[in-house]
Amino acid sequence: MDNINKILDKFEHSLLSVDRLAAAHLLTESLKENTPVDISDKIICPVLDRIGEKWEKGETALSQIYMSGIICEELVNSFFPDLDMSKDKSIPIGIVTFEDFHILGKQIVKSILKSGGFYVHDFGQGVYAEELIQKIRDNKIRILLISTLMLPSALHIKDLRSKMDNLGMDIKIAVGGAPFRFDTDLWKQIGADAVGMTAFEGLKIVKKMTKELQ
Amino acid sequence: MNRNTMTPMQRVLTALSHKEPDRVPLFLLPTMHGAKELGISIKEYFSKPEYVAQGQLCLLEKYDNDCLSAFFYGSLEVEAWGAEVIYSDDGPPNSGQPFIRKISDIKNLEVPEIAETPCLIKVLETIKILKSKAADKVPIIGVAISPFSLPVMQLGFNRYIKLMYENHELFQQLMKINEKFCIKWANAQLQAGAAAICYFDPVSSSTITTRDMYLKTGFKIAKRTLAGIQGPAATHMASGRSISIINDIVKTGTAAIAVSCDEDIGQIKSMCKNKVSVMGNLNGIEMAGWTPETAEQKVKQVISRAAHGGGFILTDNHGEIPFQVKDEVLYAISNAVHKWGKYPIQNNFA
Repeated sequence: MDNINKILDKFEHSLLSVDRLAAAHLLTESLKENTPVDISDKIICPVLDRIGEKWEKGETALSQIYMSGIICEELVNSFFPDLDMSKDKSIPIGIVTFEDFHILGKQIVKSILKSGGFYVHDFGQGVYAEELIQKIRDNKIRILLISTLMLPSALHIKDLRSKMDNLGMDIKIAVGGAPFRFDTDLWKQIGADAVGMTAFEGLKIVKKMTKELQ
Repeated sequence: MNRNTMTPMQRVLTALSHKEPDRVPLFLLPTMHGAKELGISIKEYFSKPEYVAQGQLCLLEKYDNDCLSAFFYGSLEVEAWGAEVIYSDDGPPNSGQPFIRKISDIKNLEVPEIAETPCLIKVLETIKILKSKAADKVPIIGVAISPFSLPVMQLGFNRYIKLMYENHELFQQLMKINEKFCIKWANAQLQAGAAAICYFDPVSSSTITTRDMYLKTGFKIAKRTLAGIQGPAATHMASGRSISIINDIVKTGTAAIAVSCDEDIGQIKSMCKNKVSVMGNLNGIEMAGWTPETAEQKVKQVISRAAHGGGFILTDNHGEIPFQVKDEVLYAISNAVHKWGKYPIQNNFA
């Protein structure tokens, strides 16, 4: 137990100080006694969760969260290139930056989902309702993660939800981004099924939703 | 002097000198509501300086505001560099795809000529009109995005963070160019008649970067840039947290700091007392769902925490009140400042 805690502390420190070499060295050592899936579940994900929680408390910065996600995604890609980490491909997941071009939130969530073993269809940025609905249909998406930065974009998710409901589309929507952090009830008003206050909460939400949909 | 007959300029200057004016100054910043007042779309509103000036003067009178804002929208500063701006019916024009396509393009960037850039000229014209109407009775606030924060729209947030950590040379090059632009742009607004510059610097906030990174970057940049701006400047964190760097921000040469609703404004006020003034920190996003009663309560809370002794201006925490905020809420904020913000402030009324 002490050993795993030491590893988690060291891995967290290497991510927060953007030290790729130290992070890679730690995973190399851990691979001697763990499987790749164990490393994702017992080291990478818990540390990303810790970093996210620290951000909520104002103890880490968004730049560190982003770089941590990038490093973890790179490590997963380089250490386990041939491993199929997708937890459940029968439930397609989509992610989008809705109506604007600020993609940081989407990129962070995507990196964390990848590190947690989930494949997501990235529908890009600056995407509006009609185009998004088409992409969702084409890819048979069941879980949609929406990132927004501006309040109007967040409010327009209500229309998107209504359009999807009218078309009989059975989709779970999780939202995240600044408007939802500054107004903690907003996600309910616009008809989302869940909100992620940190990127790691996005992974927890996806895990929960995939279970519910199975 | 009769403390109840101060002009907005006198009120603001008194507060900024860490003394108590007649009442708490109010910087109400509904930047798009002028379009509603004029009965035109947001896109049309921002198309002519005359519209924005007229809108600002309407809002000044309607809400008994203590400033006139020459702020159009954040993406205007990248529009000046040739970036695409996307208009919306119910929100501020947003920046499109970042105009720096390849990181190496930073080497060839050139600072826009202010006198030849239509979107910047519109702002300067607006300031001139406002100055001719308000004379020296109401402070006109100009806006300049910090050299350290502008790259979020120039490059995109994700590529900018990577640049910050991984490419020191091009980062420094971009900062050098942006500093030149920021100083020129701020000084052009001051020359046109702005009384002060709001220096938007959310990337320096501890929400976005660590203190270590700030001390190596945003702090030094702010010191150099504010020294080049030939008038007073207030640093605005645009919703970002600042407590962990407050003592550093104080050393940048700023006259005031606008803080996040995520933080205790009373604590920040104590840290800043008699050094820099504090502005804040009503939650602009939540405000869209407030009732007038909620608005009054929130104003009371902030005033009770931060207004004692002057050195305080009431405003929202983002510098741009959403279009969705109802007039009745804006009225309630203004009325609450008049009711609860009279000096000397009563104790424990919130």
